[in-house]
Amino acid sequence: MSNDQTTARGLGYLSLGLGLSQLLAPRWFSQTIGLKDRSDNETVVRLIGARELIAAAGLLTSKNPAPWVWLRVGGDLMDLALLGRASTSSVAEQDRLNGALAGTVAVTAVDVMSGLGVTASSGNGNGHAGNGHAGNGHQNGNGTSLGTRMQEAVFGGKPVHKTITIGRSPAELYVFWRELENLPTFMRHLQSVRETAGGRSHWIATAPLGARVEWDAEIVNDIPDTEISWRALPDSAVHHEGTVRFVPAPGDRGTEVHVDFTYQPPAGPLGVAIAKLLGEEPEQQVSEDLRRLKQVLETGSIVRSEATLGERRLRQRPAQPLENPQEAMQAPHAVLEGVR
Amino acid sequence: MKATVWAGKAHVEVRDVPDPEILDPRDAIVQITSTAICGSDLHLLHGFVPTMKNGDIMGHEFMGRVVDVGRDVTNLNIGDRVVVPFPIACGSCWSCKQGLFSTCENTNPNSWMAEKLFGHSTAGIYGYSRLTGGFAGGQAEYARVPFADVNPLKVPDELTDEQVLFLSDILPTGYMGAEMCDIQPGEIVAVWGAGPVGLFAMMSARMLGAERVIAIDRYDYRLAMARERAGAETIDYEQQDVLETLREMTGGRGPDKVIDAVGLEAHSPRIDYAYDRVKQMARIETDRPLALREAIMAVRNGGIVSVIGVYGGFIDKFPMGAVMNRALTIRSGQCHVQRYMQPLLERIQAGDIDPTVVITHELPLAEAPRGYEMFRKKQDNCEKVVLKP
Repeated sequence: MSNDQTTARGLGYLSLGLGLSQLLAPRWFSQTIGLKDRSDNETVVRLIGARELIAAAGLLTSKNPAPWVWLRVGGDLMDLALLGRASTSSVAEQDRLNGALAGTVAVTAVDVMSGLGVTASSGNGNGHAGNGHAGNGHQNGNGTSLGTRMQEAVFGGKPVHKTITIGRSPAELYVFWRELENLPTFMRHLQSVRETAGGRSHWIATAPLGARVEWDAEIVNDIPDTEISWRALPDSAVHHEGTVRFVPAPGDRGTEVHVDFTYQPPAGPLGVAIAKLLGEEPEQQVSEDLRRLKQVLETGSIVRSEATLGERRLRQRPAQPLENPQEAMQAPHAVLEGVR
Repeated sequence: MKATVWAGKAHVEVRDVPDPEILDPRDAIVQITSTAICGSDLHLLHGFVPTMKNGDIMGHEFMGRVVDVGRDVTNLNIGDRVVVPFPIACGSCWSCKQGLFSTCENTNPNSWMAEKLFGHSTAGIYGYSRLTGGFAGGQAEYARVPFADVNPLKVPDELTDEQVLFLSDILPTGYMGAEMCDIQPGEIVAVWGAGPVGLFAMMSARMLGAERVIAIDRYDYRLAMARERAGAETIDYEQQDVLETLREMTGGRGPDKVIDAVGLEAHSPRIDYAYDRVKQMARIETDRPLALREAIMAVRNGGIVSVIGVYGGFIDKFPMGAVMNRALTIRSGQCHVQRYMQPLLERIQAGDIDPTVVITHELPLAEAPRGYEMFRKKQDNCEKVVLKP
């Protein structure tokens, strides 16, 4: 058993102890961490106890502890949020609560380290290698271990496959896409793509927290009206490659657009983790980008509503006119806007 | 401008908000002359449709004068009088080309939300939550109308607002409910709900050749309207056993076609009402399908169940056994209003149908909250409230 797996077992026993005390003696537990005696606290503490026991059962009995460790990480974040909220209310004893907060932060750190460790050792270790070429978009199916899928989900670099049908001919779609400078009109995270010499192009994208990422890419496969593949040059800060295929749809419905996409941001796992915390799920992004492509090609522009002006996704505005709508529409693709 | 906004569950307010502007070359701005409160606005009011936000302008039934057009809107001129259909259609996607305007593939900027709840996305709708796009609604002084080159219907000045306003939603919705019944000579059609949509469904069923129409409701004044305006026979579901009475009225066969014009907030004096109410409150079920269940059990073998009452999510104890074993057909949909506006306008002009009969109250926009209250509580025999900005 590796060190990481030993740590995971240790965390299992920790969960067991915490869970039992929370479930059986919620009042005592609340007082220990500095919460005043209130019946609604009791219910929350019991629920948290139940969660801990589930994590304990998984960690102590499962051959692959990875998902259970990540369950603990999720629980830690929830606990931090709850403690943070309690510390601003008057029902807490500050000293004890601060102790509890510090303890939880420390445990969270151990959980994350352990999670990264067990995930790497239980998978095949190269989940984000450059393997996202056309036609194998479904490789995350039955043959892949849970560990690898978890790792891809957490680390990014997971190939995304999405498809949409657009009422245009393959030739029209090919021409639009091959003009790479058109991509930012429907890909929300791209600021610009500029074609340079020799089939190469320079891409600028927004990353989480307002950061900007740039890289050079090259076209690696180009079959008119059928398929385009590209990838970031090997020395780029990002690992990114994509393929789009245009397949005539049956029944005069236009063209099926199939996209395979792999993108790993510069900060590696951390970058992806941040993106996920901010609600930037790659699959969802590609799917919405394709929706916008359909809007552009079928209606002539991106469809906007009052609530979604400025591409706000999660925290939308009230559905009423804005004072300065043009400003909102021109706002740079602000990733943070969605979570503020 | 003044606008009616959702201000939290069971609460609407009239507030000052910015005037709308053209955002896209295919937009128009309409100065609203008449707008109405719809039964489905009550589902929003009661918080049964998720993703509403404080400040959302309500309303999807409106008409008015064009005061501004984007550069690609060549079919409308400033000053034109138009009725605006509630689903926003792009006119060019596959659904629109099939006439399935309310499932337009392009007009919902929050298609990802709708995909999660419904499997696939539906069209954008004015003033109808984020799930249908987050578009500002029409219970206001002005509204921005996207795809104005394909959606609004120009109406002649000879007709009053009251005659044409309901082309925006409830008249086509009721009509589509009857049309989906594929009514044959000699057939009996039963309609659950004698609200405005139910009344239009009954009137349309008659227009499309139904031998008899039966209305099911619990408010005397609504049943009276069904008798007087739509020539319906009536059942008060709080006084009578609906299934038994329908069997009696149809020689034991059951009505040939049934229309659910009630939707997700149905009532019943029976115990199943409490069952659904509790599940709904506990969020185990989102919609109370009491009328739908009853309609399915009532219809004759091989009959059609036409569902135009609004459902938002998931229902429980659905009598699939009856549907399957008795060879029933279920047809449904948010109305493809654009399909029906012109033909129904002609029906109004020809005097075949008089939409004004459903109006019981006309209020200034500023009194919208009172209108909602009356409509919600069925005060003062309230059937349909028209608001005048």
